[in-house]
Amino acid sequence: MANTSTLAPRGGGNTSAPGRRRHTSHKRARGSGLPPRAIPYVLLIPGILVILGLLLYPMIQMVIMSFQSISLRVIRGVAEPEWVGLENYTKLLDNDIFWSSLRNTIVFAAVTVALTLILGTAVGALLNRLSKRMSTFVIIGIMSAWAVPPVAQGTIWRWLFDAEAGIINWALNLLPDGLSTLLFGRADWTGQPWLNDAWSVYVVLILTVVWASFPFVAVSVLAGLRGIPAELYEAARVDGATPWRTFRKITFPLLKPVFAVLTILSIIWDFKVLSQLYVLLNGPTNREAFNLSLFSFAEAFKAPPKMGTGAAIAVVLTIILLIVTAFYTRQMVKQEDLT
Amino acid sequence: MTPLARKRLNKIALNTAGVLVFLFAVFPVYWMVSTSFKANDQIFTTDFIPFPTHFTFEHVGKVLTDGVAGNSIWVYMRNSAIVALGTVLIGSAFALLAATAVARFRFKGRTSFLITLLIVQMIPTEALLIPLFLNVRRMGLYDNLLGLIVIQVGLTLPFGIWMLRTFVAAVPKSLEEAAWIDGASRFTTFWKVLFPLVAPGLVATSIFSFITAWNDLIFALVLMKDTTGYTMPVALQFFFGQRGTDWGAIMATSTLMTLPVIAFFLLVQRRMVSGLVAGAVKG
Repeated sequence: MANTSTLAPRGGGNTSAPGRRRHTSHKRARGSGLPPRAIPYVLLIPGILVILGLLLYPMIQMVIMSFQSISLRVIRGVAEPEWVGLENYTKLLDNDIFWSSLRNTIVFAAVTVALTLILGTAVGALLNRLSKRMSTFVIIGIMSAWAVPPVAQGTIWRWLFDAEAGIINWALNLLPDGLSTLLFGRADWTGQPWLNDAWSVYVVLILTVVWASFPFVAVSVLAGLRGIPAELYEAARVDGATPWRTFRKITFPLLKPVFAVLTILSIIWDFKVLSQLYVLLNGPTNREAFNLSLFSFAEAFKAPPKMGTGAAIAVVLTIILLIVTAFYTRQMVKQEDLT
Repeated sequence: MTPLARKRLNKIALNTAGVLVFLFAVFPVYWMVSTSFKANDQIFTTDFIPFPTHFTFEHVGKVLTDGVAGNSIWVYMRNSAIVALGTVLIGSAFALLAATAVARFRFKGRTSFLITLLIVQMIPTEALLIPLFLNVRRMGLYDNLLGLIVIQVGLTLPFGIWMLRTFVAAVPKSLEEAAWIDGASRFTTFWKVLFPLVAPGLVATSIFSFITAWNDLIFALVLMKDTTGYTMPVALQFFFGQRGTDWGAIMATSTLMTLPVIAFFLLVQRRMVSGLVAGAVKG
């Protein structure tokens, strides 16, 4: 299976033994005037230039800018930025929008990562037990959700939750009045404006992002499950292990690397969700519903542009992400055969 | 209950769950497509209209001929295509070179390079928006599609290298060695032996880059000023700006933007997933 065959060689897949190549590198390679030792470096030049110029250098600039005040004249290139020390950061600490954005970012990411992983794993396990034809059918369906561009995701869910003609309000009205009152404290949902209030915007955003990202988790878990030898499960069954014990002792340990990767990816994606929120809010309008990405964007690009503050927010977001993912990155460096 | 009956019941339960998952995933996409073919009286209603009984090309037609913000929709389609294809062409070439270097050679600095690749993928790319915006202005590429291509190459390259390197490593070294022994130059070997064998991996990374560039809203929003330079995701925002939201037109445009991507995804679905998992991190 194509899925598993590339999963398997992680770590051990690099078969090119260093010793064996040595003898070929004595002679100069024909057709290129380069000494063999220089070849990898030449191949890396464009990539390194791009990474330095478009990722690492801007990263440093971002940190520097977070200590500066950048006026319109600086943006136009006719004045030098002014150093303001920690002012951008101290102002942020006094700003209620910063704290609500921080809270929105973290709570949203925690809930969404958890839901995505749980739903994705459950669906992956389900796919593994379905017949081949049925699982292909479901995979094609969930892949089409995954493929929808973020902007279109936001648009679709904004339409589903539309106050006047949205299908969600229609569906909630279908619930028996008693049940709806019991669950939500109300029976009539006609005209419910979901996207006016920060709290309900996040309900919609969580649904949107979980809907679009669980398929990837499901298909990856399925690929992992198919790679586990059936004999292990045979043995467990002969030993009379319960399904939960089988999962804990066989499935989970063997899928741990896959889960590690999926968790880190979900964290990275969900901490910086921007396009979907931008569309659901119709631009940077409702400040109570900002997350750090949108707050940084709004500060930097909404008149009057405050790029220094925007950069400070971006620095905070980056630091949080680096801390959260540092542990997993270490794991991954260990797993991957980097040396 | 007999074991056979239980087995059958179990199967029914599993298949029902499968159908429910399918519906949950597909319904919103279906709703987008069907809304774009519904007449307005069927769109703006509090009733549930499962499929367009007054099937109309009105919205699609309006979007295709009238366009939005004074330009035909084809202008935005073309811009999106230019940015996405430009990113793929430049990005894939760079990624293949770097992936070959790390998968085929042991050299000083290799490990640091790979760790750097991992770390730069942790940086939220949106956070780099401000410095990249200023740099692009300084380079005179503001409001220029080339500026957008440059940025997208930067954002997609680390992942492209990371993903492609597993594909290069999977090609047996002995094939290249055989070509050398037959007297082929390094370049010929690369071009005639390695390149065709890595092609599927290259397709997968290319499609990943294509979709990333195609989907981008924020960089295009900030870097393009004139409406003739807008990409599809930016143009779509214009429908919301006007008085009264024209949901038929919005859904038609969203559909136009989404269907090519879904088609691509379904074509290379298996490779995408294995590549993503093997590649470990996306920027």
